Amino acid sequence: MDIKTTAADRTLTISLGGELDHHGARGLMEQVDRLMEQELPRKTVIDLKDLTFMDSSGIAVILRAKRRMEALGGNLVVVNIPKQAAKVLETAGLGRYVKLI
Amino acid sequence: MRAENYITMEFPSRSVNEGFARMAVASFAAQLDPTLEELGDIKTAVSEAVTNAIVHAYPDTLGRIVVKARLLEGGGLEVTVRDWGRGIPDIAKAREPLYTTGGEERSGMGFTIMESFMDTLRVTSKEGQGTKVVMRRRIVQRLSGR
Repeated sequence: MDIKTTAADRTLTISLGGELDHHGARGLMEQVDRLMEQELPRKTVIDLKDLTFMDSSGIAVILRAKRRMEALGGNLVVVNIPKQAAKVLETAGLGRYVKLI
Repeated sequence: MRAENYITMEFPSRSVNEGFARMAVASFAAQLDPTLEELGDIKTAVSEAVTNAIVHAYPDTLGRIVVKARLLEGGGLEVTVRDWGRGIPDIAKAREPLYTTGGEERSGMGFTIMESFMDTLRVTSKEGQGTKVVMRRRIVQRLSGR
């Protein structure tokens, strides 16, 4: 999977492309943890615009990022959610815990 | 029900094979002329079932996973994911939303997604002998392009 990140004004943006499954999730989680420790963001944006596939591994990634942001006193939003990924997130009822735009 | 066409594939429980398995089943299902959404649903369900086998059936070893897909008369697809791993001690518990033994890396939503995205889901398992997941999805025959 393709991961691009930018950080400015204590906002961390993580743009994901390609396929997010269990195979890619572990490396992604480690990268997100590291970036959050470095940047200490107030806000993290996960942008899924270029994601072509996501299974429930993506739910675990988002929930973990949410917990990390709560520990930092910040917030997390997930934006540009493609249809297939949206269906996975809706089935999990993730909108109750995370801001999905 | 007689299978009109089928494929069988076998691979070791390496996570890199998750993508291959869902793509292979989706490619096979393409002959039913599914919509993009139907194809997405099938790929997602296959990914969940294969990931379960990789993560839970063989947590500390590499093992054998067999995936079968077959077309059913009347436009249905059946996917079977079989492993010979440690098995599920309590299937009802494992199928509960958010239940997982996979730690923070797993969401516990795999079976819930398989149930939601496919029409039927049957799970049989025996501790120490493995697990078989059989999922079916009807593909509605469209009038155009046939």
